Amino acid sequence: MNSGAPAPSGGGGLIILATFLVGLMLSQIPLPYYLEWARPEWVAMILIYWVMALPHRVGMGVAFFLGLFLDVIKGSVLGLNALSLTIIAFLTLLLHQRLRMFPVVQQALMVMVLVGINQLLFHWMQAFTGYTGDNLIFLLPCLISAVLWPWLFVVLRGIRRLFRIK
Amino acid sequence: MAADLYSAKVRESRAYLSLLLTPLQWVIDVPSRFAGEVSDIVVDRSLLVKENAKLKSEALLLERKVQQNDALWLENNRLRELLKGSHRVDEEVQLVELIGVNPDPFQHQVIINRGSENNVVLGQPILDAGGVMGQVTEISYYTSRVMLITDARHALPVEINRNGFRTIAIGKGELDELELDHVPDTADIQENDLVITSGLGGRFPRGYPVAIVSEVIRDPGQQFARVRIKPTALLDKSRHLLLVNMPEIPVVPADAQLENEVTASEEKQ
Repeated sequence: MNSGAPAPSGGGGLIILATFLVGLMLSQIPLPYYLEWARPEWVAMILIYWVMALPHRVGMGVAFFLGLFLDVIKGSVLGLNALSLTIIAFLTLLLHQRLRMFPVVQQALMVMVLVGINQLLFHWMQAFTGYTGDNLIFLLPCLISAVLWPWLFVVLRGIRRLFRIK
Repeated sequence: MAADLYSAKVRESRAYLSLLLTPLQWVIDVPSRFAGEVSDIVVDRSLLVKENAKLKSEALLLERKVQQNDALWLENNRLRELLKGSHRVDEEVQLVELIGVNPDPFQHQVIINRGSENNVVLGQPILDAGGVMGQVTEISYYTSRVMLITDARHALPVEINRNGFRTIAIGKGELDELELDHVPDTADIQENDLVITSGLGGRFPRGYPVAIVSEVIRDPGQQFARVRIKPTALLDKSRHLLLVNMPEIPVVPADAQLENEVTASEEKQ
């Protein structure tokens, strides 16, 4: 990950790493069974924020390694999350200038689409390797993520401004 | 991805990766551990006394059962000797603790606090106080992953305790229900029958409770009866689990065996 290495500009690599670690932790905190389906995709959301805010520092490479860790946490085949997160990072890189201009609500809608693509890709590939789900409830996290996006956005922007990460 | 599916080398690197993540899992477990300790400290004295009395009476009951059981066990062995049958070996268990659950709701897996450093073997069965919980499917250095019997990819050879009818319990991906596979309409299965492991797969020891039959649906239009069973283990609640050390070497999964054979034949060449 580039954040561990000496930062090329702006500093704060460790802070970015820390937010990702918190995201990884949040994504494996035990939840009651009925809430399990509604777990927001923390890592994908945090990734979208950093790619949008600092596209020159956080990109597809970071996304790939994050995805590997997420694969180990979820016990899925190594590379599933890595691939879907890399694609999310790529799409966000394409969109980042537009995303920055959007009001927060519109951003939340875009996040819903992006996380939805992530979920679709992930479950489509899961199905290849033998895991089956027979309904669309796996798309619920993208709704929840969109609802939580404004708060996450404010918190992460606060962190970025507080530590002057550029 | 294909590499992960088909090679053992990648599985090793996966073990390293999860070693990196082990501290994270411990950190996540801290709050619930801490809450448990706090509730231990602030608990009422009268409550403790009451609990103590209850545990004592429970221990007495269990001791009586054990005494009876010992006699039965010896008698059973003597009878087996008479029949020139083989002895039944007692399994050893070690106490393990659950430190995490898989966040993916499609997979029923839990993470326990023992790994290859504690001689955990692939395929080792896990029990809790109520019955069979699952088996070890992935090993890291200090943790390992246990697939629960309710996982949609899990099947468990079982028998009905009342009459020894053998069948297979299939997980459905629901935490409080399994199904018995290919049960003929005429099979003698009733509600509230106890389902125990039959030990036929060679992976689970024989005779541990698995589930209670909750519903038998005999539809003349269907080829087989539908039998729904409810696991006796508290799959989503138990924290202290028992890891069974099987007396024989557990069966190696088919793909790993294949790989060993392949590498062996490659070495020959």
